[in-house]
Amino acid sequence: MPNPPPDSSSGASTAPHLRALQRQFATGIMRPLTAEQTMQPEWTDGRPSAEAVADFIKPGSRLAAIERLEIYNRQYWYRLIDCFHEDFPGLRTLLGDRVFSAMTEAYLNRHRSRSFTLRNLGQDLEKFLAEEPQWTEKQPQLARDIARLEWAHIVAFDGEALPPLEVDELLGQDPATLRLALQPHLTLLACAFPVDTFLFATRRRDEPQGGASHAVPEHVRKKAARKVPRPRGKQIWLAVHRHAHSVYYKRLDPAAFALLAALRSGLTLAQACETAAPLAEGDFAAQLQDWFTQWATFGWFVGTGPDAAGAG
Amino acid sequence: MPANRFNNLTDYGIGLGLRVPHYQNILSRKPTCDWFEIISENFMVDGGRPLQVLDQILEQYRVVQHGVAMYLGSTDPLDRDHLRRLKRLVKRTNTPWLSDHLCWGSIDGSYSHDLLPLPYTFEAAEHVAQRIREVRDYLEVPILVENVSSYAEFHASEMTEWEFLGEVVEKADAGILLDVNNIYVSSQNHGFNPYDYLDRIPHARVGQIHIAGHSKFEKYILDTHDHPVLDPVWKLYAHAIRAIGPTATLLEWDDRIPTFDEVHHEALKAGRFCQELVRAESAT
Repeated sequence: MPNPPPDSSSGASTAPHLRALQRQFATGIMRPLTAEQTMQPEWTDGRPSAEAVADFIKPGSRLAAIERLEIYNRQYWYRLIDCFHEDFPGLRTLLGDRVFSAMTEAYLNRHRSRSFTLRNLGQDLEKFLAEEPQWTEKQPQLARDIARLEWAHIVAFDGEALPPLEVDELLGQDPATLRLALQPHLTLLACAFPVDTFLFATRRRDEPQGGASHAVPEHVRKKAARKVPRPRGKQIWLAVHRHAHSVYYKRLDPAAFALLAALRSGLTLAQACETAAPLAEGDFAAQLQDWFTQWATFGWFVGTGPDAAGAG
Repeated sequence: MPANRFNNLTDYGIGLGLRVPHYQNILSRKPTCDWFEIISENFMVDGGRPLQVLDQILEQYRVVQHGVAMYLGSTDPLDRDHLRRLKRLVKRTNTPWLSDHLCWGSIDGSYSHDLLPLPYTFEAAEHVAQRIREVRDYLEVPILVENVSSYAEFHASEMTEWEFLGEVVEKADAGILLDVNNIYVSSQNHGFNPYDYLDRIPHARVGQIHIAGHSKFEKYILDTHDHPVLDPVWKLYAHAIRAIGPTATLLEWDDRIPTFDEVHHEALKAGRFCQELVRAESAT
């Protein structure tokens, strides 16, 4: 029988001095930098930071204790902000560098990384933008739509893929009881703006010109950032998914979207069709057949039965 | 010590870090390379292209896992999700050994995503050693711990960094991934003799070596992995190889990454040090 992962008896109780020191260190490096990119001059207890840091960090021959900790303080923020720049290029383009950086810092202050991987850093961004609309006051809905699409892209890129159902497995099933689960890497998005085309344009602009991305000077990127036009309001329905290891944004009809959303919420196939039918234009039965053939080809369905919705 | 129990009695030569800008080149040209080191966390995902690429690499090359987020020195409980994913990946890659850093990086559930320095105390050494033992028992693969470059020292320290490294690996019965560049960077930042470090660690426990480039600033040196290896580091590497013996060596190049051929060419310089040593030993 395989061993369970260790529950770590070697936690706080076995190394109290080490833990106290790590808390002091983390306090210093996770606080925001000043506008001059230095450590905050005042420690959390009101003392000068230089005095508080000197209590636990030794000075070096060329750097004071606070300067030594400041190196880690800068690295912490630069690393996380770089990660946000990579993960949310569309939102950065919309807000501009200055507001995006300030928004990132505010977000990371409220939502410190709780995962071993930076991949999950932006998972609460859309919620944050909804709670703090001051960051996106000119276009709050557009900003949230972009953030949702960019997070869905991350999920589609490396999210779990379960073995898909074959079309044959669906034949003969009773729609009144059949529940279909969707791939975990698939996200359904109803957006008030055509953010898919906006993001394509952003990515095209950011594509490296004959080299690695860092070869493009920052001022060129900033200049180019102004050239992606903001989309005008137009409702779209998207399925963001992965097929053959590539991420796709597939536009859906409103009825198709409603059907998939209903299936994901746990409704039976019959109930999902009842939800979607009023939104359909044309021959709903024929459309259903086309959609299911296509979605099965994409491998979107991964389970059937009463508990299926829980998998998707 | 080309092969020992800490590197699972393997005799690997010169490896390269597997990095995204080189994927296409490696998969299409299949260049000669003794082995690739992967950053474990980049492949501890549920699906998608990272795992597809990894499987293609595994068909052609030997792969060794190197981690950046186990945080053996953290005082939070070990991350069970991290360890479960790591074990799944170990089974996939069949890595002969697994390495991570002698550092901490998370506290009270918040992650810094950095390799933060530990105070060199007996309490910390016992704590880290206990976690290494727990991790090794669960993963069932030899563990090497890597010395990190650092920019700060603690008043609380009770020993030198090399004494601390020795204390930890002896208590945990673990191996060492000796990062020669990190020794150089820390020696310049803290004012110690890097050769003292090399001479006083338990050589028999070194299972792998890292070399890399760094950046000099006015008052300190930063471990940036964005340059070729600099001369002082090559000299330290030659000293290490003479003391330890030809050892599996990996060149790290993580930023401003040049072409695969350029990185490979730089890495093969390490092979020449090893070959010269072998020739000199056979001549005597």
